[in-house]
Amino acid sequence: MRHIIAVLMENEAGALSRVVGLFSQRNFNIETLNVAPTEDPTLSRLTVTTTGSDRVIEQITKQLNKLIEVVKLVDLTDGDHIEREMMLIKLKAAGQHRDEIKRTVDIFRGQIVDVTSSVYTVQLAGDQGKLDAFINAIGETYVLETVRTGVSGIARGEKVLSI
Amino acid sequence: MLSGAEMVIRSLQDEGVEYIYGYPGGSVLHIYDALFQQDKVKHVLVRHEQAATHMADAYARASGKPGVVLVTSGPGATNAVTGIATAYMDSIPMVVISGQVMSHLIGEDAFQETDILGVSRPVVKHNFAIKNPKDIAETIKKAFYVASSGRPGPVVVDIPKDMTTPTDKFEYSYPEQIEMRSYNPATRGHSGQIKKAVDMLVAAKRPVILLGGGTVGGRACDEAAALARELNTPVSTTLMGLGGFPASDRQWLGMPGMHGSYEANMALHHADLILSLGARFDDRVTNSTEKFCPTARVIHVDIDPSSISKTIAADVPIVGPTKSVVTEMLGLLGKNKARPDADALASWWNQIDQWRERHGGHYETNDNGLLKPQQVIEAVHKVTNGEAYVCSDVGQHQMFAAQYYKFDKPNRWINSGGLGTMGFGFPAAMGVKLHYPDAEVVCVTGEGSFQMNLQEFSTCSQYGLPVKIICINNGSLGMVRQWQDMNYESRHSQSYMQSLPDFEKLAEAYGHEAITVTHESELMPALEKAFAMKDKLVFLDIHVDAAEHVYPMQVPKASMRDMWLNKTERT
Repeated sequence: MRHIIAVLMENEAGALSRVVGLFSQRNFNIETLNVAPTEDPTLSRLTVTTTGSDRVIEQITKQLNKLIEVVKLVDLTDGDHIEREMMLIKLKAAGQHRDEIKRTVDIFRGQIVDVTSSVYTVQLAGDQGKLDAFINAIGETYVLETVRTGVSGIARGEKVLSI
Repeated sequence: MLSGAEMVIRSLQDEGVEYIYGYPGGSVLHIYDALFQQDKVKHVLVRHEQAATHMADAYARASGKPGVVLVTSGPGATNAVTGIATAYMDSIPMVVISGQVMSHLIGEDAFQETDILGVSRPVVKHNFAIKNPKDIAETIKKAFYVASSGRPGPVVVDIPKDMTTPTDKFEYSYPEQIEMRSYNPATRGHSGQIKKAVDMLVAAKRPVILLGGGTVGGRACDEAAALARELNTPVSTTLMGLGGFPASDRQWLGMPGMHGSYEANMALHHADLILSLGARFDDRVTNSTEKFCPTARVIHVDIDPSSISKTIAADVPIVGPTKSVVTEMLGLLGKNKARPDADALASWWNQIDQWRERHGGHYETNDNGLLKPQQVIEAVHKVTNGEAYVCSDVGQHQMFAAQYYKFDKPNRWINSGGLGTMGFGFPAAMGVKLHYPDAEVVCVTGEGSFQMNLQEFSTCSQYGLPVKIICINNGSLGMVRQWQDMNYESRHSQSYMQSLPDFEKLAEAYGHEAITVTHESELMPALEKAFAMKDKLVFLDIHVDAAEHVYPMQVPKASMRDMWLNKTERT
């Protein structure tokens, strides 16, 4: 099963490499990974999506917690949560397809953030499924380049991940 | 005001470090100069950095205090990696200070530059880089704190040379305590879980206590023994737990696992309850995890939550130091007078005694005087009254020593259990002898393992370390050969040690004594002579039967009870 694990860790050089190293060292799978400092500049927040049996996920959370620089973590998929990923996608937009692509971007509530006579660059946010669906709807032949941030997530309601 | 180099040495003084082990080089010259100008911290100059780490490691195993290593950048640090990994696998507290090239050269492939933080990352509990000389004292304090608290392990502190410049002076103060918001190891177990565990122990009909390295390292052996005696529970000690419960006690079953005793493996297989105290259900213990102990429920006590339910699912997980958890269990048993059903336990012990009869560590001797390795270990036990520190290398001789040197005290059996590092035994024995000069310290080795660190003969001459080396010489890599006999139709691929040196001449070249033993009748006199030479390192080259195998041996991918008992008999 797919899990989204959010990790608060010390914002120190080398901390990220410990997390990444842990996953390869212990043969855990990383699907996406993103990391950035939080409002407290001494802390970084990292979100990793991974898959595995319950036993593997339990090991992943325990091994992450064991890293000295990890302050706190939560498996967001244990409860209600919001997940978002942002994509920038460069699309061929010439001739008769130009309007159709614009309409599809609107349907998906994306924004065209850069335009040339033959190319649209689109910004789109949503869960992974929505981004995949957009690419499908556009059709791969029109896709020139994509860049995705990887999933970030937060719990719904009152629950917060903080120290 | 102190320079960075002076702060390194002063921090070690303030930490109460008596000995460090190391080897100088360009990046640590400032530190070695500061070391030269004081006499509180003594330095042992090894002949290879790996030996420095094993000396520090063995000191930590015997004393419970972290061992300290000082090496230079690049090859100095990479040579230490095997020893760091050895300590990591066995959860041994160690602080390794490594020099690094000057900060402005890092990343430029400078002379003797290695990213030792990256290289060591998978085999350390944590590592630190010094970015400012002002951080040296606090970082070293943190290193000792992290290395020795919670589940212990090695910590590397990497210090670029420009952090230690003698002319740059800073305020120094060594912190008394350290708080780290991201690191708070458990100090006691969950009371509700502990109560549940005690209820299960009282209700059990076929219980076994599995005592591991966490009990020995956690200095909780007395408490564990009190618990076992209070409940009349059989105890099996893992390879890392040997000595944690007296081998001469009737309640001791021996070691579990691949080369465990018949009765320990049978008892575990048929148990209805296993109380694991600081053991981690390593693959050499469990055999097939699917077939592991089908009727047993498991109470797993460990300081490291990630050890629990890693390979074997725990029914009652308890995260905490074994000492405090077992003490709490004893407290509950003091209040709660319920005890296990006497009839059920009597019949369990009766069954265990029958298993004991069946094998009981039996082995055949030769009638032509060719020694069996087991005989050698039993003779060493006799000559040392079972009181020696036994530092082992890795291979058949390690298993024979584990099986036949019946340890009654903890912290006397010092071996590389997790990583299985050949070359560990000799420097380990040196590390113990340095700190316990009046104790008998034995290195049990083979002619293969010994040659992996024999350069340390020289260090022993320099510091006068009269260890006794029992080289069980079968002229081949015995454990490899055994597997080749059993699984590869005796095709002894590269397991034969050709061109062995004349060990007598070799030892003598370094100023040591040596005795060669080729016949059973020579063994006891040779051992008595060797151990009588209190001030001499004596190398005993003892020729043994190369055809001997270690038994029992579990059948691969099977359950705990599936064992070869000798070359022809299987359970």
